Amino acid sequence: MSLLAELSYWQQTSLRVVGGLAGVLLVAGTLVYLHLFKMVSFMQSRLGPMEAGPFGSLQLLAEVGKHLQKEDIFPRKADKFVFAAAPFVILASTFLLVVVVPAGPDAWFINNDVGIYLGMAVSSVSVIGILMAGWGSANKYSLLGGLRATGQLIAYELPLILAVVGVVIQAGTMNMQGIVIAQAEGEIFGWGGIGNPYILTQGVAFMIFMIAMQAELTQAPFDMPIAESELVSGYMTEYSGMRFLLFFIGEFATAGVFASVASVLFLGGWWAPIPGLEWDDNTWNLLGPIVLITKIVILTFIVFWVRFTFPRFREDQLQRLAWKFLIPIALANIVVTAIFKVWI
Amino acid sequence: MTDISDRQQLGYIASQAADARLNLELETEGMTLNIGPQHPATHGTLRIIAKLDGEQVIAADPVMGYMHRGYEKLTEVRTYPQVTSLINRIDWLGSFANEVPFILAAEQLMEVEAPPRAQWIRTILFEMSRIANVVLFLGDMAVQVGAVTPVFFAFRDREHILNQIESATGGRFHPNFDRIGGLKDDLPAGWVAETKQVMKKMRGFCDEIETLVMGNEIFQKRTRGIGVIPPDVGLQYGLSGANIRGSGVDWDVRRDNPNGLVYDQVDWKVWTHPDGDSFSRFWVRLQEVREATKIVDQLLDTIPAGPIMAKVPRIIKVTAGEAYVETENPLGVMGYYVISKGDLVPYRVKIRSASFNNMSITPWLLKGVYVPDIVTILGSLYFILGDIDR
Repeated sequence: MSLLAELSYWQQTSLRVVGGLAGVLLVAGTLVYLHLFKMVSFMQSRLGPMEAGPFGSLQLLAEVGKHLQKEDIFPRKADKFVFAAAPFVILASTFLLVVVVPAGPDAWFINNDVGIYLGMAVSSVSVIGILMAGWGSANKYSLLGGLRATGQLIAYELPLILAVVGVVIQAGTMNMQGIVIAQAEGEIFGWGGIGNPYILTQGVAFMIFMIAMQAELTQAPFDMPIAESELVSGYMTEYSGMRFLLFFIGEFATAGVFASVASVLFLGGWWAPIPGLEWDDNTWNLLGPIVLITKIVILTFIVFWVRFTFPRFREDQLQRLAWKFLIPIALANIVVTAIFKVWI
Repeated sequence: MTDISDRQQLGYIASQAADARLNLELETEGMTLNIGPQHPATHGTLRIIAKLDGEQVIAADPVMGYMHRGYEKLTEVRTYPQVTSLINRIDWLGSFANEVPFILAAEQLMEVEAPPRAQWIRTILFEMSRIANVVLFLGDMAVQVGAVTPVFFAFRDREHILNQIESATGGRFHPNFDRIGGLKDDLPAGWVAETKQVMKKMRGFCDEIETLVMGNEIFQKRTRGIGVIPPDVGLQYGLSGANIRGSGVDWDVRRDNPNGLVYDQVDWKVWTHPDGDSFSRFWVRLQEVREATKIVDQLLDTIPAGPIMAKVPRIIKVTAGEAYVETENPLGVMGYYVISKGDLVPYRVKIRSASFNNMSITPWLLKGVYVPDIVTILGSLYFILGDIDR
């Protein structure tokens, strides 16, 4: 709190926004994206992007440039306003979710006492965007995709939130910064050498969170709403040019953002066990983003590893997985966590 | 919308009304989903009109003919050697296999027999085109159920087979190598040893697919018990190839009627699976690739020396008569009914291609399934559009 204490509120806020965008979001986005390009290409025994920049490192810019040049096509019968607004709704929900993720002891956008609650709430807004896209396109494939997505996202919202509840009980706070600090100060059977990253005590919740997150991102094996082999591209079918790019960015960015939430909840966020460096040291404001980005890259790797390996569930099968397996396990996890919290 | 005639308009209104009447109890409205002709799951230009109630298919009607190229008619103005370059394009993934039954039928009419070495090489290339074809199916089936990566492995490993076919015939996809009375060329030097290496690689690919795709629980969930074809229904619809063997019918033209190919010289097995679902069709095809590599290996060992061309006249005039020869092609039984009047060109050629008959079961099979299962079932039936619309 020392670094920014002398500045007035508006100065603090603008510093946070600029610093956060330049130091964390842009870097994380580029790194995650390039890493994915190359990782996926490696898995599929191909080279991946090679032409744009050294080893294709500027591919992201090339893609943006390509999509900006394309024509923005509206289907004749589309509900113009809904159709046009849908990608922005989805993108807004993604970027609002970023706001709650801290990247250092002072490097945060908002330090809200109900941070994770806010995050889960805004992440649900994307359902509306997807439904808007599915309905507004006036396309049967889009409609099927949109309806599937809505059913799926609502079903998997529950295990996602229930998995978070376990962490919240253990940390004793909903503040994202507080959860990081609780992990930094935590002890495992009286030994505080590596703190207590909640992946160790909340392993079940972590698994549920990752599975539900995969479904929230509509990535394989839960990509029934997009299902390119049957629904062409689901709710994105009719989009082209800039708006398609927004969906595309939304898809990849949401993966990164959810990964950052997961790394805060389960892997200790911006904090890493470095001997002789307390969590409230000012160094963490510089070191924190790097640590956080590393964790994001690791988690997105898992997400996309699964995505490019597994076939997809059918709609009824994935609903069954959510309601009959994940939710009961998550509820049991909450009960067990609560018992331990009270007794120990 | 002023230019629509009354009749069309009435038809449209009637179809809308039929949609709305699908489910009166729940007051849900039906929907007609037009899958294709431009759709990723149709491998080309197949069109399926599916009437849906929610996600369930009430009725599905395949519309074929978007890629019809009139090959049967075109053969009537091509000389016999020219026909092979045309019918190569029927099943474009295993092209050499298309040439063989036609050439065999012409040879039967002319009463010519290819020398043993040509027969051996013919059978080897026939089986290699089967591998090239079915390997792609193994990867493509994974795409149909949503796994993206295996198809890249399939394309990668199919290259080895295509390289061997290219080095022997000069053409990767369309060899045009079979001649009446033998083959165009002998094998290049070192081809036998290289091909043996490739066969080893293909067996490795089969193991990879078995663990990556077939062993996957989600894949099994999506394919087991989906699109079950009972053996008697399958036979009534005229299914052939792995589709009918997946239903437990032990019928393989290669074994039952080799017809000038040397399958009786090798030790191999016809695989069947009793279940008849999408998974069993996948399973049978995977075993068939393994079996094909074994057949090729054995034939490479026993390949006899000698000429590759029998004595045939320079200008081929096929003796007047009728002949029907069928072989077990990668997609199923393929036959050519050739009628000759003793001319340079066939009088009439009727092509019995496997995919056309395999597709005919879809209205029966797709009734009552869910939309995601449409692609699984179509994928497991494995059709090539060129083989449906000749």
